[in-house]
Amino acid sequence: MTLKIHVDMDKCQHYGQCVFDAPSVFRLNDDDKLEYQSTADDSERENIQLAIEICPMQAIKFVE
Amino acid sequence: MGGLRAAETLRNSGYSGELVVIGDEPHAPYNRPPLSKEVLAVHVDHAAVAFTLSPVLDDVTWITGNGVVSSNLDDHTVTLADGRVVEFEQLIIATGLRSRRLTELGRPARGVHAIRTLDDAIALREVLVPGARVVVYGAGFIGCEAAATATKLGTQVTVVGKGPVPMLRPLGRQLADDIQRRHEAHGVTFRNNTRIVKILGDDTVTGVELDNGEVLECDVLIEALGSLPNVEFLTGNDIDIESGVHVNGTFHALRADGTPWPDVFAIGDVARFPIPQFDPHTRRVEHWNIPTEMARKVGRLIALSHGEDADAHAAEVAKEFAPIPSFWSDQFEVSLLSYGLLDQGDDIRLLEGEVGGDCLYGYYRDGKMVGVCGIGLRQRVMSYRNKVGLNFEPE
Repeated sequence: MTLKIHVDMDKCQHYGQCVFDAPSVFRLNDDDKLEYQSTADDSERENIQLAIEICPMQAIKFVE
Repeated sequence: MGGLRAAETLRNSGYSGELVVIGDEPHAPYNRPPLSKEVLAVHVDHAAVAFTLSPVLDDVTWITGNGVVSSNLDDHTVTLADGRVVEFEQLIIATGLRSRRLTELGRPARGVHAIRTLDDAIALREVLVPGARVVVYGAGFIGCEAAATATKLGTQVTVVGKGPVPMLRPLGRQLADDIQRRHEAHGVTFRNNTRIVKILGDDTVTGVELDNGEVLECDVLIEALGSLPNVEFLTGNDIDIESGVHVNGTFHALRADGTPWPDVFAIGDVARFPIPQFDPHTRRVEHWNIPTEMARKVGRLIALSHGEDADAHAAEVAKEFAPIPSFWSDQFEVSLLSYGLLDQGDDIRLLEGEVGGDCLYGYYRDGKMVGVCGIGLRQRVMSYRNKVGLNFEPE
């Protein structure tokens, strides 16, 4: 099963807290802006869930 | 937030028994970081900052607006503000902090504000109108963030702080000097090395008098004097609540003699705990990631203690809790990001960038990096995250 991920870029402040929980999905680019993959393998579910919880702006969610 | 995350982890780790979450605020759990920014700047309400509640919490009993006022740990009971007594098998204390207020000076009914809760932020937002004269008392992170937000809203801000520069203790002299200059460039005025000795005004605040005799006229006074742990409800029990609830590495609350209460845990801002990669001391850490990381561990520990798998429980007990504290702060164009315990460093070195621009400092003790903090350069700051701690050899 493939997971779909959405980040509300109006909320996102590029704090990068998600990067450590799910580095295969989230990263900061050379301009310190968040980049992410909008799909991920189901094996990443738990890591992405941790990233969703730790996001200071609560900007990340799974898309059903 | 700590209570919410602990409840989620308990359910996700297999605990299916009764679960009661108690809070004194009238709201369901919400996210505090936006309070000093979005909530002040635009008109949002609880729904905009409420945490999404996982379906695993559907059968949790929520008691809001009715905090715990006293407790009897031997009897396994807590008493709520309305007099109700709730029994517990295991108690997780996640009561956090409250704002330290200037009660000893007395104060007018209107115009004096704090920033800690959603209701605080909403009340403050109403009075931060263009042209208002604002005094911020306290030059820590919250005070300086409030000063920046209030300035952006068109108010005239003066920050009164007792130290020689703002944020000296958490950041050290170099960054503190740099950030003060940036605030001043945006029109913020500082009164350092000063205290307020009197709040002026009968019904509404009209000004403050400083210890050097100066009077600052103002329409709004924001108290940003730090915080106090919410531990009073534990008074009367044999429990060490000096500067927060003293806990061991598995977050069991400790008695005065250092022995643990088997069924009482504390997590988050209210807990005073050891971080083994720094030193044997215990401390409270008011950083963003701490409540969530502690909640995950205590949730797993308790869920496993109710389960059949003793080995899994023993493994979780043995797993060392070694978080890397992290904070950030946004003040005008300054975006700070930090890892580690900066105040443990006595040797601060500029590692990258330049003073006045984007820059990155390393904080060292005995030649070892105990913290890193940058203005901008987030990706670079993050690259040092796993090098922070006293158990690493100098490079």
